[in-house]
Amino acid sequence: MASASTVFNQGSLGRSLSKTLLVYFKEAKYEFLTRLRLRAYSISTISFPVMFYVLFGLVLNPKDAPLGGTTVAAYSIATFGTFGVMGASLFGTASGLAAERGLGWLQVKRASPMPPFAYFAAKVALGMTFSTIVVLLLLLLAFTFGGVHLPLLDAAKLVVILAAGSLPFCVMGLAIGYFVGPNSAVAAINLIYLPLSFCSGLWVPLMFLPKVLQHIAHFLPPYHLAQLALGVVGAGQHESNWFHWEALIGFSLICLGAARLGFQRDEGQSYG
Amino acid sequence: MIAELQEIQNQARKRSGGDGAVIASLNGASKSFGDVHALRQVNFAVRAGELVALLGPNGAGKTTAVKLFLGLAKPTTGTVSVFGGDPIHADVRTRMGAMLQVAKVPETLRVREHIDLFSSYYPRPLRLDETLALAGLQEIKNRVFGELSGGQRQRVLFALALCGDPDILFLDEPTVGLDVESRRILWEEIRKLIARGKSVLLTTHYLEEADALADRVVVINRGRIIAEGTPAEIKASTAGHRIRCVTSLGIETVRAMAGVVEVSRNRDALEIRAAEAEAIVRELLMRDPGLSGLEVSSAGLEEAFLALTQDRNNT
Repeated sequence: MASASTVFNQGSLGRSLSKTLLVYFKEAKYEFLTRLRLRAYSISTISFPVMFYVLFGLVLNPKDAPLGGTTVAAYSIATFGTFGVMGASLFGTASGLAAERGLGWLQVKRASPMPPFAYFAAKVALGMTFSTIVVLLLLLLAFTFGGVHLPLLDAAKLVVILAAGSLPFCVMGLAIGYFVGPNSAVAAINLIYLPLSFCSGLWVPLMFLPKVLQHIAHFLPPYHLAQLALGVVGAGQHESNWFHWEALIGFSLICLGAARLGFQRDEGQSYG
Repeated sequence: MIAELQEIQNQARKRSGGDGAVIASLNGASKSFGDVHALRQVNFAVRAGELVALLGPNGAGKTTAVKLFLGLAKPTTGTVSVFGGDPIHADVRTRMGAMLQVAKVPETLRVREHIDLFSSYYPRPLRLDETLALAGLQEIKNRVFGELSGGQRQRVLFALALCGDPDILFLDEPTVGLDVESRRILWEEIRKLIARGKSVLLTTHYLEEADALADRVVVINRGRIIAEGTPAEIKASTAGHRIRCVTSLGIETVRAMAGVVEVSRNRDALEIRAAEAEAIVRELLMRDPGLSGLEVSSAGLEEAFLALTQDRNNT
């Protein structure tokens, strides 16, 4: 017969720093496992940029042809690298968030003492990791088949810039995820992602686009990231790097604000 | 085995009845979403060691009440208190577990992985094997969620509710959509929780479920509490009866009989609703010996609620 007396736990989080880090680690670990096993994300995030790079950077155009101060193959690493980073970041964060939010799973987690930041950090970690993987793959292809000769330091710079550049798009993904429904998430993301990529000169190089679009590109975040990457391979418009970083940081802050608005609106609708 | 269940139930019922400390309560709580008044001035409490069933039809406000308790919504007016604190704060939630109705659970994670992740949120969770045992999941711990049957999925959600070793659990319609077998299994596991001294707030629209599990039933309809008591008391006060018969007596005559709540004609028969069937039947048979097609049945939950609300209008 069970005793009627109950031993109450201390009503405190009782969480040391190491335990908190463990929660963050597990949240990220299981986010990775979930997505990897789904395959849809990992396969499409990697294959699309790789496919485009091989097609436009190596095969369809003579890869050694000069383009904007460097070769086609080298130029394409920066542009399709940005394209890949943006895709990995957006799809890594927005679609998962929209689905889990809209279908009740996030609510189950919020009913527990899970630190909410761990949830978002896990999604951002996913986006940034896959962004890095895409860039590394493109570099590999460039060195092996593209005849690109970049000093190792520059290659490292490229990886770091593009990986860091994934962060603004992860935050953008969180903002999008808060405003789209679970069924329309993928369509909505594509509706933003594809035109944005084109107009930033990520597919057809900027110098071949009409003057109007070249002008508009200055307002588009992917343009700035691509310019930073192009700078490493010796191409691009040669504007100040700080200008680009400022644009990206400003953009991230706007998205952060939007995501926070969405978070609070969710709380307002269902959380009072 | 059945005798043990009865024992546990009797012990639990003896323990209830207001001598335990109040663990969770809604005090004058109202909740509106725009024009929709989901809860109006609701007052009720869950005491230590008891299972309270919040019983009501769909749309009554049960899930809203649970959301208030879990800190997922703030009351528009009034207060909610769990362990003396506001459940909006994460530290209060370390002593709470929740099983909500959810449309999507990550399908590619295994049962033990889900439990591992949720356990990490709590300061003193149960060991994995303990949680698996309590929810009856040992055999399927390595299966991915997507491969599980409906009953197994509910047991995983149940495991997530209890893996943190909480002192109070909130179960929102835990057996909806389950077959009879899975429902009985989950009931058994919920009873085991009570036997270990936990407190439970369970919402349901099955009178049978409230009857089987609860020490106390709180009946809610359209955002208001309309009755409260032990299952027996609630059944006695709300369970109406339906009497069907083919008789030569007129509708008005029958309607005028004492104890009759409502009469309607259904083809060639009369359908009578009443709180007590025996007296009506006796009177009918006395007045009309040629009466035929007599059927007496317990009214369903809908009629029970209607009877309850109609009683209130009449008194």
